[in-house]
Amino acid sequence: MIKLKVNGKDRTVDVDPETPLLWVIRESLGLTGTKYGCGMSLCGACTVHLDGEAVRSCVTPVSRAEGRQVTTIEGLGADLAGPLQEAWISEDVPQCGYCQSGQIMAAAVLLRENPKPTDKDVDDAMTGNICRCGTYQRIRCAIHLAARIKAGGKK
Amino acid sequence: MSDIINLSRREVLKAGALAGGGLILGVSLPGFVRNAAAQQGVTTFAPNAFVRIGLDDLVTVIVPHSEMGQGAYTSVAMMVAEELEADWTKVRAESAPVDPVYNHTAYGIQMTGGSTSTWSEWKRLREAGAAARQMLISAAADTWKVEPATCATENGAVVHAGSGRRLTYGKLVESASKLTPPKEVTLKDAKNFKLIGKATKRLDTPEKTNGKAIFGIDVNLPGMKVAVVARPPVFGGKVKRFTADGAKAVPGVRHVMEIPRGIAVVADGFWSAKLGRDALEIEWDDGPLASLDTRTQGEQYAKLALEAGAVGRKEGDAAAALESAAKKIDAVYDLPYLAHAPMEPLNCVADVREDSCEVWVGTQFQTGDRIAAAQEAGLKPEQVKLHTTLLGGGFGRRAVVDGHFVREAVQISKAVKAPIKVIWTREDDTRGGFYRPRAYHTVKAGIDASGSPSTWEHHIVCQSFMMGTPFEGFMVKEGVDETAVEGARDNPYAIPNIRVVWHVAPAGVPTLWWRSVGHSHNAFIVETVIDELAHAAGKDPLEYRLGLLGKHPRIKRVLELATDKAGWGKPLPEGRGRGVAVHESFGSVVAHVAEASIGKDGRPKVHRFVCAIDCGPVVNPDTVRAQMEGAIAFGLSAALYGEITFDKGRVRERNFHDYPLLRMNEMPEVEAHIVPDAEKMGGVGEPGVPPVAPALANALFTITGKRIRRLPIRTEDLKKG
Repeated sequence: MIKLKVNGKDRTVDVDPETPLLWVIRESLGLTGTKYGCGMSLCGACTVHLDGEAVRSCVTPVSRAEGRQVTTIEGLGADLAGPLQEAWISEDVPQCGYCQSGQIMAAAVLLRENPKPTDKDVDDAMTGNICRCGTYQRIRCAIHLAARIKAGGKK
Repeated sequence: MSDIINLSRREVLKAGALAGGGLILGVSLPGFVRNAAAQQGVTTFAPNAFVRIGLDDLVTVIVPHSEMGQGAYTSVAMMVAEELEADWTKVRAESAPVDPVYNHTAYGIQMTGGSTSTWSEWKRLREAGAAARQMLISAAADTWKVEPATCATENGAVVHAGSGRRLTYGKLVESASKLTPPKEVTLKDAKNFKLIGKATKRLDTPEKTNGKAIFGIDVNLPGMKVAVVARPPVFGGKVKRFTADGAKAVPGVRHVMEIPRGIAVVADGFWSAKLGRDALEIEWDDGPLASLDTRTQGEQYAKLALEAGAVGRKEGDAAAALESAAKKIDAVYDLPYLAHAPMEPLNCVADVREDSCEVWVGTQFQTGDRIAAAQEAGLKPEQVKLHTTLLGGGFGRRAVVDGHFVREAVQISKAVKAPIKVIWTREDDTRGGFYRPRAYHTVKAGIDASGSPSTWEHHIVCQSFMMGTPFEGFMVKEGVDETAVEGARDNPYAIPNIRVVWHVAPAGVPTLWWRSVGHSHNAFIVETVIDELAHAAGKDPLEYRLGLLGKHPRIKRVLELATDKAGWGKPLPEGRGRGVAVHESFGSVVAHVAEASIGKDGRPKVHRFVCAIDCGPVVNPDTVRAQMEGAIAFGLSAALYGEITFDKGRVRERNFHDYPLLRMNEMPEVEAHIVPDAEKMGGVGEPGVPPVAPALANALFTITGKRIRRLPIRTEDLKKG
């Protein structure tokens, strides 16, 4: 039995400790907003926060998350989720949408650490997240917009 | 001529309709059924199979096309909402069940592809909205005892101007449900459109930003098991023998079984199933492709190019004209197999019962997949309920003729008597075939003393994915597969002597339509060779093209808009090159102007793409722009990285480290412009892709002086020559 704290709730799962956190989140806990894309930490679709840091859950053994705070797209705090989702809607970012949970989770860490990121900062923070539909330009605009919303400034 | 090409896949699918039509018996009209049944306690008004209005004023549009990112749910709903005069904030989209009423208006089966979702509904769905509106007006007029002609509609309500009375659609649900749908409706004049033509926010964005959107891979049923399948490492291979002991010893593994396409490992969850598969010991019979090798295949293609092929176009005498040409080009091109690589790997959920079967799948091919599921389940198609989920990307990969990813799930569910989700790993997806065919081209072209092109002899060697399918009779005419020559046979430039010949390459590697199909390789050759001829003639590549497009004013217009917006001819920063390409496909024309340089690492750096599209009347301009942005990223992934190669019959590439896709730091600044055009509506999802790679290659040529003859672009091909 492994004890986890996911999106603020205590959860206990009966899985092999080596099982990637991704599959525990998706299958054992039924939180399907976090996606499987590559299984090798190459695409970022599975990005979640572990004690606030962005990690690739597809290569993170669930044992590493024991006793730590796991945050998924479903539980992202309103201080970040609010501006990001508002900006994503305003820029109409998603196409197929499959990678967008991971994009938003990566962007959330960027914005928390760096309230006013430059284009270079966006490149550095987001280059690990692949979007096959090619929504990168809109993701970039949305991150800048979310930064302005979060700062309480004008859109 | 372009019409023939652009209609190509409509023809295919008419064939599909014939192939599958006899099996589609259960004609039900969900809308009508609901309507007829709703005599008392009416909660919805469903005048037809496409519109449903609730007491809460919500308007649900039932969309026959799959949403795979192209914005179909929104664009189709906009067409209904426009004619219905709905309140857009109360409009929702829902995926249609499988039923002949939802068959594609041009293809005759239910499917999504060919950049058709908007234009194919331009009449049907607007009429569905208009019919509903007319009935709501009648219902209100009856209620108020006034003439319908004195009533109008606005923003989800019927209003009576004379008395100022107003009833929202929700309040008319019950009375409208008693009326008979009109036989004829009048559609709005375009000048009265309130929604169509205006940038409109997508309906599916909120759920795609909070984790709630449900893709096929997210479907979860009580008692469901997860399966992964070990498929032959060589296409056409078979299982010789296998040992399941190791797999069965993995905790959570429940079943190991042979299915027609390999060995399935069924477990409580994905990870156990994958570990189980890793522990399988399988001896394969590799079959006839055991020695397939990219290099030797290239040599084989080179030989095929010299043999007699099927002539797709012949005007004048290309060979004789070459003799007398003032300057000649003799070029050989090699473009690789390409994987679709949608972010959501293939998957399918099936639940087979004694006398029913339910399937949840992100598919582009509902009619075919339902027939496939029925065949495997031993049921009739109407006993199969297929739910179309959101698609985490399609690009053609989820429209398969043989239904293989559905069949596997149904086979396993039937055998284990439980709901099954088959998940393909990324490696399975990359190595699973159904690629854009490898394309080997030769072009011998010449210009006369004035610099005008005098001759163009173009040979294409590639596989056909139409031959041997039910579509062959419709798609392969006089030995020429339309999907192999589209974009080459309809070369738009004025060239007096031209011959386009197709040489079919041996079947074996499964190939398929890949976003923009034959245009994806043919445009590269046509648009880089014409550029090369311009340089040989000492002319500006834009002026040269414009001078040869006298019969194609639409292509000229697009070319002019893109180059004007891009500042064609204006100086660029040091080290930067600019290139242009234009191409017509799927009823639309797209031109790109690329700006690129070569980085310190010797790799191309793409700075900017300025794009223009003429797709006829536009429903949602923001979706058109989004598709251009996406097409540029898609085309650049192929131009810079995309390549599936073979060694000893096996695909070398596995995952995103060796089949890379464009990333954020490589995305150029994109500017997309739309040509105003009230004529015929064309497609948007695919036409942006073909001109991407040639625009980039033409830009890089201005820096290196060397032509790029193979893709993806190799560092050694960028060294100044």
